[in-house]
Amino acid sequence: MADDLKTPLLDELEKGPWPSFVKDIKSLAGKKEMAKDLLRQLEKSYEDKRGYWKHGGLVGVMGYGGGVIGRYSALPEEFPGVSHFHTLRINQTSGWFYTADALREILNIWEEHGSGLLNVHGSTGDLVLLGTRTEELEPTFRALTEKGWDLGGSGSDLRTPSCCVGPGRCEYACYDTLSLAYNLTHAYQDELHRPMFNYKYKIKMSGCPNDCTAAIARSDMGIIGIWKDDIQVKPDAVAEYVDSGLDVQGLVVENCPTGCIELDGNEIKIDNSNCVKCMHCINVMPKALSPGKERGAAITLGAKAPIVEGALFGSVIIPFMKLEEPFEEVHDLIERIWEFWDEHGTNRERIGEFIERVSLATFLEGIGEKPLPQMIKAPRDNPYVFYEEYYAEEGEGEK
Amino acid sequence: MSFEFSGKTYETDDDGYLINLDDWNQDVAAYIAEQEGVEMTDAHWEVVNFLRTYYKEYSIAPAIKILIKEMKKMFGPEKGNSAYLYNLYPAGPALQACKIAGLPKPTGCV
Repeated sequence: MADDLKTPLLDELEKGPWPSFVKDIKSLAGKKEMAKDLLRQLEKSYEDKRGYWKHGGLVGVMGYGGGVIGRYSALPEEFPGVSHFHTLRINQTSGWFYTADALREILNIWEEHGSGLLNVHGSTGDLVLLGTRTEELEPTFRALTEKGWDLGGSGSDLRTPSCCVGPGRCEYACYDTLSLAYNLTHAYQDELHRPMFNYKYKIKMSGCPNDCTAAIARSDMGIIGIWKDDIQVKPDAVAEYVDSGLDVQGLVVENCPTGCIELDGNEIKIDNSNCVKCMHCINVMPKALSPGKERGAAITLGAKAPIVEGALFGSVIIPFMKLEEPFEEVHDLIERIWEFWDEHGTNRERIGEFIERVSLATFLEGIGEKPLPQMIKAPRDNPYVFYEEYYAEEGEGEK
Repeated sequence: MSFEFSGKTYETDDDGYLINLDDWNQDVAAYIAEQEGVEMTDAHWEVVNFLRTYYKEYSIAPAIKILIKEMKKMFGPEKGNSAYLYNLYPAGPALQACKIAGLPKPTGCV
C-alpha cells in the first residue's frame, strides 16, 4: 500500500472475513494514481458524510450514443486522479462464459487505458470498467473492438440483453437463453448503441421460473422459461427420496403454494391444473421431478426499481410462447411494444409506468394482443364482481 | 470562452456551444462543423435547420426520439432513423448537431 495514503475510515471496511472493495482498490493504489485518489475522495466522503461525484455529463465514443457513463469529481483540484472517472460498459457474453485469456485481455486493455478497476458482474449484466479520462475513451474503444469486444447499453436505449446460464449448465432450462440473448443483441444493435427510446428498456432471460436473472423484478421485459404440460415424475426416484428419509410431506407437499401435491406412501400425485410453476417441489427433489416436456417461456412486462414512480414487478403479457430459432415471434412482439411505447410514452417513462398510465386494456389494443386471464395481476380482488354467479353457472355445465 | 471567426468574436460556453442564439449564421456553423471534423452537406443542413426551427418554437432542443420522428415525417424513413443521424454526426445528433446549430449544450444523461 502507498505510504502517503491515510484512510482510517475506509480501513474499517477491510476487517472481517468478507471480500472488501477497499482491499481491491488498494491493491491497485501502488501503481495507479487514479486508484489512490479514488480512495482519498471516498475517505473524504465518509468524513463529510456526502458524495463528491458530479452528476452525469455527456461523454461517448464516435458513432455510439450509449455505453459510456460520464463521471467527474466535484473536487478535481484536490483529487486530480479522479477529475474524470468515466465508466464503460462492455457487452457481456451470454451466460457470462469467459476464458481466462479473454478476461486477461480485458484487464490488460483496462490497466493501460483506465483505472484497472472492474465490476464484474453486477445486475446490469455488462462487464463494467470503472474510471477513465475523456481522452482515453476512443483509444480504449479501439483497443476493445480490435479484439472483438463491444460496448453495452446506457441511457434511454435497449440495455445489454442479459440471460441466465441456461442449457449451458442447467437441466431446468425451458428454452435456450444463451441463444436468445445472443440473437437479440445482434438483432437490435441500433437500439442498443443509439439511445432513442423514452427511457431504458431492459430484457432479461431466465430459463425457468427459478429466475436466476431476477427478470420478474429487474427487467422491463422478462422472458422466463416455463412448461405447459405436466411436471415429469420419476416414481422410482420419488420412492428413493422417501426411503432416504427426506421429509417429503413437510418439505414438499406442505410447502406447495397451491396445495396441489399429495403424498400417498411412496408415491406423489400432482394436480397439474392447479400448479403455478413455482419450482419448489422440483428444487427439493431434482432427481425425481423435472419441468414438463412442452417448453417455452412466459413474457412479463414492466418491472423496475423506484426512480420516477415506485418499484414495480413484471406482470404477464404473454402466458406462453414457444422459443425456437430464429425467434421471429419474439422480435415481432418486441417491435410492436416499442412502436406503441415510442408513439405514446412520455420522456423518462418506463414501460411499466406507461402501461399503468394508459391502462392494460389500451396497451393490449395498441400492440394488438388479446386480453387473457393470465394477465390479471391480482385475481379475485374486485369487490364488484360476484364470483358466485360464475361458480353457479359452472355447476350447471356452462362457462 | 470565445473564438474569433471572420473578424468577429463569438462567446461560447466551456464546451464550445454558442451563448447567443442570434450570433449564428451559416458561415459560423460551417466553421464550427469544421472544428468538429464534420463536412457539411445538404443532409447535414437539413438536420441543423430543423433543430433551429424547433428551438425557436419550443425554446428547447428536441429529444432524439422527436428528432427521428420529425425527420421521418419530413424526409422519409431512410432519413428518420438513428443510424442515419449518427452517420452524419458521429459524436451524436444531440451533442454535435446542436453545437453546429448554435443551440445550448443538451443536458441530462441521454
